[in-house]
Amino acid sequence: MSEPLPLVASEVWKIFDGVTAVSGVSLELGEGETVALVGPSGCGKSSLLRMIAGLDGVDGGEIQLQGVLVDDGQSRVMPEHRSVGIVFQEHALFGHLTVAQNVGFGLRTRSRSDCQARVAEMLALIDLPEFSDRFPHELSGGERQRVALARALAPGPTVMLFDEPFASLDQNLRVQLREQVAQVLDSTNTPALFVTHDPREALALGDRIAVMRAGQIEQVGVPEEIYRQPSTMFVASFMDEANFLSITKDGSGWSTVLGAVEQGSEGDFVAMVRPSDVEFASDDSGDSRIQRCEYAGSHWLLQVRLRTGDEVVALAGPDSRPDVGDRGTLGLRPGARQVVVCQS
Amino acid sequence: MALHRKASQDGLAWHSTAVVIATVVAIPVGVLAFSVLSPSVDVWRQQWNTRLPRQLVETSILLCGVGVGSLLVGGGLAWLVSAYQFPGSRVFNWLLIAPLAVPSYVLGFVTLSVFGFTGPIQGWWREIFGQDAWFPPIRSLGGAIIVFTLVLYPYVFLLARAALADQAGSSYQVARSLGARPFEAARRVMFPQLRPALAAGVAIVAMETLTDFGTVQYFGIDTVSVGVFRIWRGTFDLDAASEFATLVLLFAFVVIGLERLGRGRAKFGEAGGAASGLVQRRLRGIRSVLAFLLCGVVLTLSFAAPTIQLLTWAISEATGPRGTPLLERFAEFLANTLLLAAIVAIVCGVGAILVANAVRFSGRSGTRLAARVASVGYAVPGPVVAIGSVFVLVGLDDGLGLIGIGLPGAVATGSLIGLVYAQTVRYLAPALQTVEAGIEQVPHEMTGAARSLGSRPRSVVASVHLPLARTSVLTGLVLVTVDVLKELPIVLLLRPIGFDTLSVWTFNLASESRFEQAALPAVAIIIVAMIPVGLLARQLSRGAS
Repeated sequence: MSEPLPLVASEVWKIFDGVTAVSGVSLELGEGETVALVGPSGCGKSSLLRMIAGLDGVDGGEIQLQGVLVDDGQSRVMPEHRSVGIVFQEHALFGHLTVAQNVGFGLRTRSRSDCQARVAEMLALIDLPEFSDRFPHELSGGERQRVALARALAPGPTVMLFDEPFASLDQNLRVQLREQVAQVLDSTNTPALFVTHDPREALALGDRIAVMRAGQIEQVGVPEEIYRQPSTMFVASFMDEANFLSITKDGSGWSTVLGAVEQGSEGDFVAMVRPSDVEFASDDSGDSRIQRCEYAGSHWLLQVRLRTGDEVVALAGPDSRPDVGDRGTLGLRPGARQVVVCQS
Repeated sequence: MALHRKASQDGLAWHSTAVVIATVVAIPVGVLAFSVLSPSVDVWRQQWNTRLPRQLVETSILLCGVGVGSLLVGGGLAWLVSAYQFPGSRVFNWLLIAPLAVPSYVLGFVTLSVFGFTGPIQGWWREIFGQDAWFPPIRSLGGAIIVFTLVLYPYVFLLARAALADQAGSSYQVARSLGARPFEAARRVMFPQLRPALAAGVAIVAMETLTDFGTVQYFGIDTVSVGVFRIWRGTFDLDAASEFATLVLLFAFVVIGLERLGRGRAKFGEAGGAASGLVQRRLRGIRSVLAFLLCGVVLTLSFAAPTIQLLTWAISEATGPRGTPLLERFAEFLANTLLLAAIVAIVCGVGAILVANAVRFSGRSGTRLAARVASVGYAVPGPVVAIGSVFVLVGLDDGLGLIGIGLPGAVATGSLIGLVYAQTVRYLAPALQTVEAGIEQVPHEMTGAARSLGSRPRSVVASVHLPLARTSVLTGLVLVTVDVLKELPIVLLLRPIGFDTLSVWTFNLASESRFEQAALPAVAIIIVAMIPVGLLARQLSRGAS
C-alpha cells in the first residue's frame, strides 16, 4: 500500500454569516511537494489555509492529514494536535520572548538539552545562529520571517502552511527570502502550501499551482501549464498580460485575426496569446497601426490596432524604435500558437 | 494525533463561561427592570403625593447642570492644553486629572465647611459687610452642581484630550490650511469629530452624578437615588426600594439615549491612528497668564485646596485634645477598604480575562454579545445595582434554605458576598473594556501560531495573551481599584453590620457635620486613590512626550 498523502482536502466548504468563502474545494499535497495557492484577495485562499491548520472548522467536506481525518464538519482535531506548521504575513512572532524562546515555543515536551540543541540547529538552518538572545523588535522584517519559519519547522511538522509570508517585504528581499525558504523546505523535505496573491511568486515557488477565484479552484497544474495553457480567461489574465481574440468559423476550420486555431466554437471560447508571442513587423503598407508604446527596459510593449478594430498587445525588442502611428503587420512568433480558453 | 472532538463543542467551554458571567452580571439589573411590569400602585401613589415630583425636578436639573458644567470645564481645559503652549501647560496636561482621586462627597463636605454659613469665608464676609450681607447660598442645587463639576470634569477632559491629540485635532489643522478661520474650522470640522468623545465623557459624568447619594444629601438635595437609599435603609422594604430603583434606571436610559443622540452617526474610539493632532501655538503676555490662571484655579479649587485643608484638619485633630473618633480602628477601616478593593479588583480582573479570551476562542458571535451584556453594570447607577443584587441574594438565601442548607446569617446581608457581588456587577465593565482592548492588540495570527505550535487555549492565554496584554490588565485593575476605593452608595446599602470602610467612616462623620474629624479618613482615601491615578497620569505624560 502506498503512503498516505500529507494533505488531502476534499470538497471543502466555508460559509461566514451566509457568505460563501470557500465552495467545494479539493486540493492535495504530495510528499515533499510545494503547492502555491494563488488568487486575488478575498478569493477564499486564506480561509482554506486556516481550515487546514484547524484554526477554523469546515462547513462541509473533509480534510485529511497523513491519512488521518482531522475535520469532517462533525468532529475536528484542534490545531494544537495537528502537527501543522504555519507562517503568517507578519506580527506573529511573540514580542515578549527572545528569538530562541520563540523558536523553542513548540518544543515544550522535549528535555531542556534536547530543546536547546534543536533551537541551535534551526537557527543555523535559517542562517541566524548568533541571534538567539535578540527580541523580535530588534530584527529586520526579513529576519523576523526567517525566525517565524524556524519556529514553525522546529517541532518537525508534517505539513507547512504559508499565508502571504513575503507580502510585507520589499521586492529585493522578497526574492532573496523566497530562495532561502525554498532551500530550507527542500533540505527538510517538508511538504508546503503557499498562499499568495502574487503570480510571479507562485510561478517561482510552486511545484504545482492552484489558481483560486471566488471560493473555487479554477485550475491546478505545473507552472508551465498554468502559464502557457490556462483553461479560462481569468487564469490567463491573472497570471500575466494576455490578448484575447474572438474565434470565427471559416469554411474548413476556426481562426482569429492572427491565424488558424485548432478548435473552438463561437460564444463560449476565445483564443489567448501572450504579448511575447506576437510580433510586429514595420511596414508602411501594413494594415495595423501602433496606438501606444511603453518602454519596459528589456523590451517595448506595443498596443496595436488592427484594421478590423481589434486591439492586440505585442512585444518588440529593446533595440527597435517604435513610435505611435507606425504602420506594420502583426503575426505570431515562429513556434507560438494560440490557446483556446473558456470565456467565463 | 489526538482524539477527535465534536465540532459543535469547539470553544463551547469558553462560550459558556462568558455567557455565565454575563448572566450573573445582568440578573440584578434584569430583575429590577422586570419589577416595573408589576408596579405596586400604593408605593407610587404615596411617593407621588410626597417627594417624587421634587425628586424628578431636582435630579433633572442636577444632571443637566453637571453635564453642561463638565462639558465647559473639561472640554475647555482639554482645548487649552492641546492647542496652546503656556507656562505649565505640559504639566497641566496630566495634572488636571488629579481630581479623579477626590470622591465627590469629600469635596462636598469640605466646600460646605469652608464656604458654608458657619465657615471662615462667610464669617469674614459678614465681618466686613455686616451681619445681613448677602452671600450666594452654598448648600443649594447650584453649589452641588459646582462641586460635581469640579470632581467629574476629568472624565470629559481625558476623552476630549485624546480625541484632540488624534483625528479631531488633525482635521482642524487641515481645515485651517484650506483657508477656514479658527472659529469656522472648529465649528465645521473639529467639533463634529469631537462630539462622540464629548458625548461619552458627559454620559460618564451624568452617570456618576446619578449614582451619588452622599454629596447630594450634604447639600440637601432630593434625587431619585436618595429616594432609593431612604426607602431601603428606612423600611428595608425590598419591593418598594426596587420599584423606586427602576426610576433611577430610567434616568440612566435617558442619559444613554442622549449620548447616542449626541454622538450622532460617528463612531467613538478611532484613536491610535497616524493622525498628528494639533500643532500647538505659543501664548504670550497676558493671554499666557490667563491660561495659566484658569488651569491653576480649577486645580486649586478641585484638588489642591481641599487636600491641604483636609491635611490641616487631620493634623490639628490628631494633635488636639478631641481626637478623631474611632481612631483606634483606623487600621481596621483602612484594611477593610484595601481588602474590598483588592477582592473586587481580582474578581473583576479574572472575569474580564475570561470573557475577553472567550471572545477570541469561542468562534461564536454570541460570545461578543455576552461580553457586551457583561458590561451593562457600568451604565447602571450604584443604588440600582445594589438593590438588584439584594434581590438576587435574597432569592439565593431562600433557595439554600429550601434545600436545607441553613447558613448562619443570611448570605445577602450577613456577609461580604453581597458587597463584592454588587461591586463586581458595577465595575466589571471598566476592567473588561481595558483587558479586551489589550487582547485585541494581540494579532489573531499570534494566537493561531501559538496553537499550531501545540498550545491549548488555556496555555495560549497564560504564555502569550497575558504577557503581551499585561499593561492593559494592570490598567483595568487600577481603574477598578480607584472606583471601589471611592465607592459609597453600594457600600452604604450593602455592608454587613460592623464592616466599615474609609468611605463609610468619612460619610458618617461628615453627615453629622463633624468635618474636621472626617478629614483623616477622607485624606486617607485621596492618598490611596492618588497611587492609581498617578499611574494613569504617568501614562498620559509619557504619551505626550
